[in-house]
Amino acid sequence: MVRRLFTARGAELIPQARMSGPMPWVIAIMVAMTVIALAAGLALGNAVSSAKAEIEGGVTIQILEPRADIRTAQARRAVDTIKTMPGIAGLRLVPQAELDALIEPWLGTGIGTATGSAIPVPALIDVRLKGPATPKALSAIEKALKPVAPSARVDAQSNWLKPVFDAMVSLQLLAIALVALLALALTAAVLLAARTALGTNRDTIEIVHLLGGTDSQVARVFQRSTGYDAAGGGAVGLALALVVILSLGRRFAGLGAGLVDNGALIWSDWLLLAVVPVLATLLAMITARLTVLHALRKML
Amino acid sequence: MTADGEIIHFDNVGLRYGTEREVLSDLSFTLFPGRFYFLTGASGAGKTSLLKLLYLAQRPSRGAIRMFGTDAITMPRSRLPQLRRRIGVVFQDFRLIPHLSAFDNVALPLRVAGHREEDLAGPVRDILDWVGLSDRIGARPPTLSGGEQQRVAIARAVIARPAMLVADEPTGNVDPDMSLKLIRLFEMLNRQGTTVVVATHDLDLLRKVPDSLIMRLDRGRLSDPTGALRYPPRKTP
Repeated sequence: MVRRLFTARGAELIPQARMSGPMPWVIAIMVAMTVIALAAGLALGNAVSSAKAEIEGGVTIQILEPRADIRTAQARRAVDTIKTMPGIAGLRLVPQAELDALIEPWLGTGIGTATGSAIPVPALIDVRLKGPATPKALSAIEKALKPVAPSARVDAQSNWLKPVFDAMVSLQLLAIALVALLALALTAAVLLAARTALGTNRDTIEIVHLLGGTDSQVARVFQRSTGYDAAGGGAVGLALALVVILSLGRRFAGLGAGLVDNGALIWSDWLLLAVVPVLATLLAMITARLTVLHALRKML
Repeated sequence: MTADGEIIHFDNVGLRYGTEREVLSDLSFTLFPGRFYFLTGASGAGKTSLLKLLYLAQRPSRGAIRMFGTDAITMPRSRLPQLRRRIGVVFQDFRLIPHLSAFDNVALPLRVAGHREEDLAGPVRDILDWVGLSDRIGARPPTLSGGEQQRVAIARAVIARPAMLVADEPTGNVDPDMSLKLIRLFEMLNRQGTTVVVATHDLDLLRKVPDSLIMRLDRGRLSDPTGALRYPPRKTP
């Protein structure tokens, strides 16, 4: 029954200035920044996990032997040895043509013809393990190769990209921290707005109290008013952020770089982004309610 | 209410604002249900302060107050609304909510008490009609004259049929005809069992309610010309 004060007519108890005060726009900016930061964090997370999954079980074996005949023989023996090892999902001896193509952008074609001898590019064996390339698995491969290919060097592919992954994870953590800071800033903004509104409407609140109104009734009026502002601001903020994210997405897609391609947002990410204004509205309403209740406790 | 029927009991109550001297001192009296009380006294005698204690806008600096059988000093703050809903108040400065219409101002006590929206229109229109404002039902307070605002304030105070009506100079801004009409309204409520406390310095008003009891405040102290207020009471009314 008491709810009646706060439904259709209850909001009138405090003059409403929907979307005309600064509050909805502050919330819009906060939500837009939060959604962009969250999208960046999610995209980085996707890029890291996708790239990690791709190279997690990858091992590269280089035969670092300058003499071509010995290099070829060691590579062949290494392939035969690894094939017989347990936990190997697949392996491939990278053909000479591919190796030439790898160095071609720097050295051009026809090096052997021009200099009289080919550049001793190491032979490469691309190995896929069934599990991750742990130090134990690497050590087992090294041990098996030592007698048959003493020039072999075994590297986990994930080790090469570890600094990149670390940097991306740091950026992801930064994005999460930004989201947390923006939530704090939103709380502070709502707190200040609620206090100001309390001060402005002090007389009305006092009258409602003297007529038998409860703190909870008054708080619900403020909560509802803040909810309207936050929902409106949140919708505007989400729209702004989506425009920014989609524009940035198109620009990054144009780069055609593997890591960036892997950073595309999936449907659950979009859903999470859409929930941000809802969470912001809830946070604003809870903040307004608690602020008002706290302030009212000081009144008789 | 307590066993002997008192609704308000003040025992040695004093009130001071900040570190100033007491504006009310040593107030001990009992109000009984269904009686009509006038509170008189010169300007600055403490009438409004006493009324504030009665409608729970202020806590005393000392003493004990029982209202409707409850210790009003020690009771938890959460119980104040229930008590306040039993008290109708006509403020000296009306205290209408400026952005609400006359209708919504009058309906406020009913909405606060949880009455259904569809049950509001009838009683609110009736009471506004009674105070002569049926044609101003949608007007906002800033567009009403002082007298009209006062009548809206009175309508708001009585709409919920309070157990006690406290009015601070309720006839201060109305013409003699309306003044008489308002006093008749208070008497009608009083006959239905509402205890009425009216603060006024209009001595003519006192004569219009012959059975009324008079409390006179003089520099924050209460005198009792009718003898009915003394505690313990000289006779049970």
